[in-house]
Amino acid sequence: MGVVSGYFGLAGAALSRPQIAEGGGIDPIHQFAVHKVIGLPKIFGADLSISNATVYMILSAAALIGFFWAAGRAKALVPDRLQSLGELATDGVRGLVQSMVGESGARFFPFVFTLFSFILAMNFVGLIPGAFTATSQLAVTATLALVSFLTVLVVAFRVNGLRFFTKFYPKGVFWALALIVMVIELVSFLMRPLTLALRLFGNMLGGHIVLKVFASFVALLLGAGGVLSVLSIAPFLGAVALTALEVLVAGLQAFVFAVLTCVYLNDVLHIDHH
Amino acid sequence: MDAEAAKLIGAGLATLGMIGAGIGVGTIFGQYLSGALRNPAAAASQTGNLFVGAALAEALGILAFVIAILLLFAV
Repeated sequence: MGVVSGYFGLAGAALSRPQIAEGGGIDPIHQFAVHKVIGLPKIFGADLSISNATVYMILSAAALIGFFWAAGRAKALVPDRLQSLGELATDGVRGLVQSMVGESGARFFPFVFTLFSFILAMNFVGLIPGAFTATSQLAVTATLALVSFLTVLVVAFRVNGLRFFTKFYPKGVFWALALIVMVIELVSFLMRPLTLALRLFGNMLGGHIVLKVFASFVALLLGAGGVLSVLSIAPFLGAVALTALEVLVAGLQAFVFAVLTCVYLNDVLHIDHH
Repeated sequence: MDAEAAKLIGAGLATLGMIGAGIGVGTIFGQYLSGALRNPAAAASQTGNLFVGAALAEALGILAFVIAILLLFAV
């Protein structure tokens, strides 16, 4: 009985949230609206106001710092559960960087780990019902992608100098063909930040739209009354299963972002290995 | 044709791009499984490549999705 009343309580909470549009249809895009929380004056034409996206990024960063502070506090030889979790995360990413970039990549571990854990924290915070997903904003993911891309670019020129451009020129190929290949290689290199940003953005946006659509089905069916109210259990179970899938996607996308950053770093650190 | 209707039809057509992403991701995981069953010892070392490949294939489906969303809400 408690389960049933709990279910109707949850569904009722979903009904009271503003996910049903004015006309009675489904409005899954409303959750991504950015609004000002603290208005700040413009500096050089750039609006630096604190928006809800900024608030949730700060919250994610604070949660991350809090977690690693708590996990690293004891420094016990035999770690407790919290410390094990922290060690699992750092060792996992360190192993990833080492296997993807090699020994020379060890100095990029802090960078890759920061990207990975910050994206993971934002994705997980976004999964809390009612919370805002900062990574569902293209501005946020594009900034992260640009940070990754510009780092790779700076490393490329610092390690290889102008010799870096030979990476685009295939060896042992007839020159006319080589020129065409060079253009394609250059375009695909410059497309990297775009696909990096769109992948994270699209996954988060898509996942949360699907979740909201299923939640709206529950609310609409409950509101319809009679047999349809009982049928609302089906989309409710679907929403639960999809939430589990979204937890997987949240982890996977942070992992993929970190792996691709490693792949791109490896690409420019070892340009002769092609 | 009504501009609103054209937008909706365009968004629907844009989702067809996900067919390609589905084929790509399916091929990657299928090939990985068949390879992993032939040589299970090498399977664990290739999971990184597996997810990178899946992510690269999936990104193209995401592009189609983003275009559909742009048509629906931004255009």
